[in-house]
Amino acid sequence: MAVDVRAGLEKLAVRLGGQGAALTEAQRLSGGASMETWAFGFDGAGGPERLILRRRSVPFDPESARSVSLATEAALIRATEAHGARVPHVRHVCGEADGLGEAYVMVRVDGETLGRKITSDPRFDAVRPALARQCGEALAGIHKTPPPPGLGLKAIDGKGELDRYEEVYRATGAQRPILELAFQYLRRHTPEPVEPVLLHGDFRNGNIMFDPEAGVAAVLDWELAHIGDPAEDMGWICTNSWRFGRPDRPVGGFGDYADLLAGYAAAGGRAIDLRRVRFWQMLGSLRWGIMCLTMYLSWRDGAEKSVERPMIGRRVSETEADLVVLLEEGL
Amino acid sequence: MITHPTTEELVESVRLWIDQIRPGLDPRNAFLARVAANALAAVGRELSEGPAAEAEAVRLMAGLLGHEGTFEALNAELCAAIRGGDMTVETAGLLPALHVMAKHQLAIDQPSYRPEGAGPRP
Repeated sequence: MAVDVRAGLEKLAVRLGGQGAALTEAQRLSGGASMETWAFGFDGAGGPERLILRRRSVPFDPESARSVSLATEAALIRATEAHGARVPHVRHVCGEADGLGEAYVMVRVDGETLGRKITSDPRFDAVRPALARQCGEALAGIHKTPPPPGLGLKAIDGKGELDRYEEVYRATGAQRPILELAFQYLRRHTPEPVEPVLLHGDFRNGNIMFDPEAGVAAVLDWELAHIGDPAEDMGWICTNSWRFGRPDRPVGGFGDYADLLAGYAAAGGRAIDLRRVRFWQMLGSLRWGIMCLTMYLSWRDGAEKSVERPMIGRRVSETEADLVVLLEEGL
Repeated sequence: MITHPTTEELVESVRLWIDQIRPGLDPRNAFLARVAANALAAVGRELSEGPAAEAEAVRLMAGLLGHEGTFEALNAELCAAIRGGDMTVETAGLLPALHVMAKHQLAIDQPSYRPEGAGPRP
């Protein structure tokens, strides 16, 4: 059933802003196949508010989905905020009466999320040297948050992740020697499991709102949150596919490992060995390569006919070029 | 069979046309048009560089496996050897050969990508 989002937002303005609150803006910002983001605002009893609506436009299947529900996302953002993490403030979790389907509302945070701007735009030159440390601090806040009970978050460790992605890779039928070697190497170098913590799950340059003066403003896009090894979140932001043309700066294309780890420790995170981060970084490249393969397959199998998909399939070779260097260097 | 226009030129002409009409498209289609133009650029590079890259991959894999074969057969055998543990990062010549193959494929697919170990864009 089609949802009239604009009408829903008008109703929501009254619900949140009180009788007479009228929309001052409502604009769809972006959207993937299943998720919509709307910027909207109203003048209400408590003054003007600038908000973001995040809503799912296709039904959520908790059995097959890798992602969590939006209600779970909102609960995690609230829990981590209470532990000092820099996250958007959740204003409202939508219910049946809102007529917007699965959705929640957060207070708008200004800044920049485009990875290439963060790594290369002169506006970020002054703050850039501080960002890796701030990312470490941000992660410590997330990781020390006890996962709220009852959310059914999935638990993942290195071996489980390798098993899962190898199964996906085998099912594609692709034969790529470098991916084979990466699987073999990572299986032989899987670190011992550690006490699992709450993970963001998609912590990378592109999913973080940065302010040109203050740095990390808010950690966004919580749909892949799960329980696991704290080094997983660190390795993902160090994966070269998210360095946007600056492989010489391993953390997000803007900083160094040492600053990430120092910020994490200073904010109360447990000591983490760089080798463990490098394991997850290599697994990050491998995982992104296989995700690119599956996106191509969704085109080949007719599920998604956009020209974007087969071209993403050609990004597998970027991960191979990264993996072969990581394999030469060793963990 | 013919010399003019070449396959490369046909692909390039379509790519240029997409670039011409892009400014008039809505944001979603402008984005997809850019992807389409990139796809044709990759086809163009594959037409010009692909045969030499594949010939070198065949030569390198034949060297590793100790016998001749087609690209498909050698590639499948190499994957099986790695999967079975007969070849590892310690195997003499394996990583250097894979490095060359990866570099050539990246040059076709995404020449602007800066892989691990590369410096900033000059």
